[in-house]
Amino acid sequence: MSENTSNVRKFHQAKWDEAIIFHLTNEGERGVLVPDVEPEVEAAVGDGVSALPENIVRQIPPALPEIGQMRVLKHFLRLSQQNLGADLNVDIGQGTCTIKYNPKINEVLAAMPGASEIHPLQDESTVQGALEIMYKLDTFLREISGMDRFSLQPSSGSAAILNMASIVQKYHEVRGETDQRDEIITTIFSHPSDAAAAAVKGYKVITLYQEEDGLVALDSLKKAVSDRTAGLFITNPEDTGIFNPKIIEFTQCVHDAGGLCGYDQANVNGIFGITRAKEAGFDMCFFNLHKSFSAPHGCGGPASGALGVTEELVDFLPVPVVDYEGTTYSLKYDLPHTIGKTRGFYGVFPVILKAYAWIMSLGEEGLKEVARIAVLNNNYLLKKICEIRGAASPFSAGKHRIEQVRYTWEKLTQETGVTTHDVTLRMADFGFHLWSSHHPFIVPEPFTIEPTESYSKAELDEYLEGLRQVVHEAYNDPEKVKTAPHSSVIHKMDESWMDDPEKWAITWRAYLKKHGDAP
Amino acid sequence: MYEPDKPVHPYIPNSAPKVKAKMLEEIGVNDIDELYSDIPEHLRFRGKMNLPKPFLSEYEIKRHVEAILAKNRTCRENLSFLGGGCYQHYVPAVCDEINGRSEFLTAYAGEPYEDHGRFQALFEYESLMGELLDMDVVNVPTYDWCQAASTALRMAERITGRGHVLVSDTVSPDRMAAIHNYCHPVVQVTRVKHDAGSGLMDLEDLRAKMSQEVAGVYFENPSYLGFIDHQGQAIADIVHEQGGLSVVGVDPVSLGVIKPPSQYGADIVVGDIQGLGVHMGYGGNLAGFIATRDEETYVMEFPSRLFGVCRTEVEGEWGFSDVAYDRTSFGVREKGKEFVGTAAALWGITAAVFLSLMGPKGMQELGRHILQKSQYAMKKLSQIPGVKAPRFASSHFKEFVVDFSETGKTVDAIQAGLLEKGIFGGRDLSNDFPDLDHCALYCITEVHTQEDIDRLVKALKDCLT
Repeated sequence: MSENTSNVRKFHQAKWDEAIIFHLTNEGERGVLVPDVEPEVEAAVGDGVSALPENIVRQIPPALPEIGQMRVLKHFLRLSQQNLGADLNVDIGQGTCTIKYNPKINEVLAAMPGASEIHPLQDESTVQGALEIMYKLDTFLREISGMDRFSLQPSSGSAAILNMASIVQKYHEVRGETDQRDEIITTIFSHPSDAAAAAVKGYKVITLYQEEDGLVALDSLKKAVSDRTAGLFITNPEDTGIFNPKIIEFTQCVHDAGGLCGYDQANVNGIFGITRAKEAGFDMCFFNLHKSFSAPHGCGGPASGALGVTEELVDFLPVPVVDYEGTTYSLKYDLPHTIGKTRGFYGVFPVILKAYAWIMSLGEEGLKEVARIAVLNNNYLLKKICEIRGAASPFSAGKHRIEQVRYTWEKLTQETGVTTHDVTLRMADFGFHLWSSHHPFIVPEPFTIEPTESYSKAELDEYLEGLRQVVHEAYNDPEKVKTAPHSSVIHKMDESWMDDPEKWAITWRAYLKKHGDAP
Repeated sequence: MYEPDKPVHPYIPNSAPKVKAKMLEEIGVNDIDELYSDIPEHLRFRGKMNLPKPFLSEYEIKRHVEAILAKNRTCRENLSFLGGGCYQHYVPAVCDEINGRSEFLTAYAGEPYEDHGRFQALFEYESLMGELLDMDVVNVPTYDWCQAASTALRMAERITGRGHVLVSDTVSPDRMAAIHNYCHPVVQVTRVKHDAGSGLMDLEDLRAKMSQEVAGVYFENPSYLGFIDHQGQAIADIVHEQGGLSVVGVDPVSLGVIKPPSQYGADIVVGDIQGLGVHMGYGGNLAGFIATRDEETYVMEFPSRLFGVCRTEVEGEWGFSDVAYDRTSFGVREKGKEFVGTAAALWGITAAVFLSLMGPKGMQELGRHILQKSQYAMKKLSQIPGVKAPRFASSHFKEFVVDFSETGKTVDAIQAGLLEKGIFGGRDLSNDFPDLDHCALYCITEVHTQEDIDRLVKALKDCLT
């Protein structure tokens, strides 16, 4: 890397050239044995299988590989080494997703038998600790949002949106207006699920677009609302990191039309204790506990989307909610207008526990400091990134942003032909992840960066060096960027298979059928 | 606001006063509050959130949470016979070793290059499940079985263009409620009755309700109540005759010994992988799967991520990426199939480890041992005067209904007696199933020894006398 102008790491990701697991099979090997059956049991009931109707017995065993334990371990350890988690990289390139530090102590707590070895159908008297954590987290989230009650049942942010849409629907049903109110309004810089989960409930989705300042004009909303409006689902600050200062006029406008307002606070990281759903006039809001509240993302879950509502909507929440009376916690099912269930049991308890522990290790002042430093880090990066040739932050030039910024490489692409996609692949060569953005690309050649509170200034500077290095190459040796990655696990894929039903293979057995075995 | 003499929180490095000052200077503002200037005063929360005093040191937070968790009684120090959708199977150490790896645990949405590992691991998960289920397409896990079943029925609606579905009345109450909410108001749900004696689906009722308006039927096998329905092919035939789909929920743990639903006519198969190497976590560690044949009509209706394998520009290298991304809500928002987002991927990787460890023989033995132990338990329980196990005259896997109606005691009272002896008795079914008053759902897995079962039998005898 003699042409390096900077101090980027001379990184190379692990490359084990690891086979597909089916290639590791050796007949007769075993990875783990099953506890035996006692002779007396066998004497009493025989082989167990003979008692089944013959037509239900599996004749051909599943063609799983046969592999000794150490080799299974090694295989998956090698795969893990070919992955970049937030614990290893400066994971600020996945804006909107709040990739922050996931405290190790919280993992230790969630792995304790008192959390991991309890069954959801145990008698309530035997799970008072679990119920206490759920109840207290509910009360903490009430403080953070100003809402009156939380359900911890939704499995994720998107599931929380589905729950909100279900509550909106039930609310209008109870009022006898469900046939008339068939529209949900959202904005293009709100998460795709704000639109998509509403559509699952049969709603027509109206998406509002931004003006030159990056914000949706109040007039656009006024034109969109009518007696058909069921509700508004909106993020604020939106994915651009721009805060909508007229949000209370938005919620008022929808309320005037008879709709409900749901606040997508999947990411609340920049505004903990600074501004709340209640003061902005929302009826509901939700928090992704695996984002702002520090639980890890686990390659895409487990997740949790805690859903809060105002007093008027408590009776619509999914059941059960956790109650506390005197000295006892209990599960409460009798909510008269409940939407029922949206998940088995009560919610993603280990994630709930981690969020509880995180709040308890920060407190009121700590949470506010999280927000303030997340915003400090973001505006520091904003300043520095806008100084990089070819990069810019569309909308509201010169203004501050909250917790993230949607940037553009438009100029870089025009001047060098290097696109956002190329930059993301080249960043991988330095051990960094950079994400483009949610579709559609309203901002051309977009990328979204969200530094959270977790990363030190030195790490932010290191990431900036990575961006500068790639831009330097784009202007001086664009082929190097366009042919990346060079130091990652693999090289450019032939992705044409992914959209071709004749070629795609979603399982190994499908691959063998379509392409024959590989060397 | 932080006082200058307070320690900097370990999770917030740039709180360090000198670093903070340097960054403010670089930005060109005097105070962080200036960065919030876009938030108007009437929206600013100037109060204090009423949160408990925090435990700033790691020792204190550990001690605090440990004390709360100590109020729980676990299935480790007690003897549990609870199932009903969350299962106490043995979790091999290698499963926890892999899902605890920082690289997997703290990763999210990297590109298929720097996150090659998670793409390959999840492709292998899909592939191993494909073998277990004898199907060619399996999704990256969704939230849980409730979601998998709900989505499968919405897929059936889109594939057939029909707005009605039939659901067996013996499915889990949670699933029934979730399906109702998820389908409403787009798809109408009608229940199909079961035979009172055997528990099996009432085929006459199915025939009467099946029509060319119906997208498909959903049933579970083994059922929530534990019995195995051997009429799977007959059900599929009735539904297929009218152009509908057979959608079957299955416990993957059973598939070493029991036929996968694809072999009795199922078009979409769903279930939960918590039993494949994942701890119970108070029911919080569920993860759902959806499987179909490799037909474009089906694949294009999945809302989930589907990771596929491909080749790279370097010979011999495997790549993995998203199949048909443009069908998802990530690609096209509300024009996509339902919605997709963070779900339960880590449990998919864990299940891949589990199935790789078990292999075909492990899954066969697991299934067989559960059959033997549960049959032994039913036999022993039935010898207690007034106790009937199983309630339904069918064969069972892992779970079965125990009928206490002739003992003269309520399930509640029996549970309380068992609890005193450190035993968590089976789930009371009296409220969920009107014809199962005085009945409870018991679950036996490979973790139960003969001694455990004998202890349950003795404890029940004591409670009932």
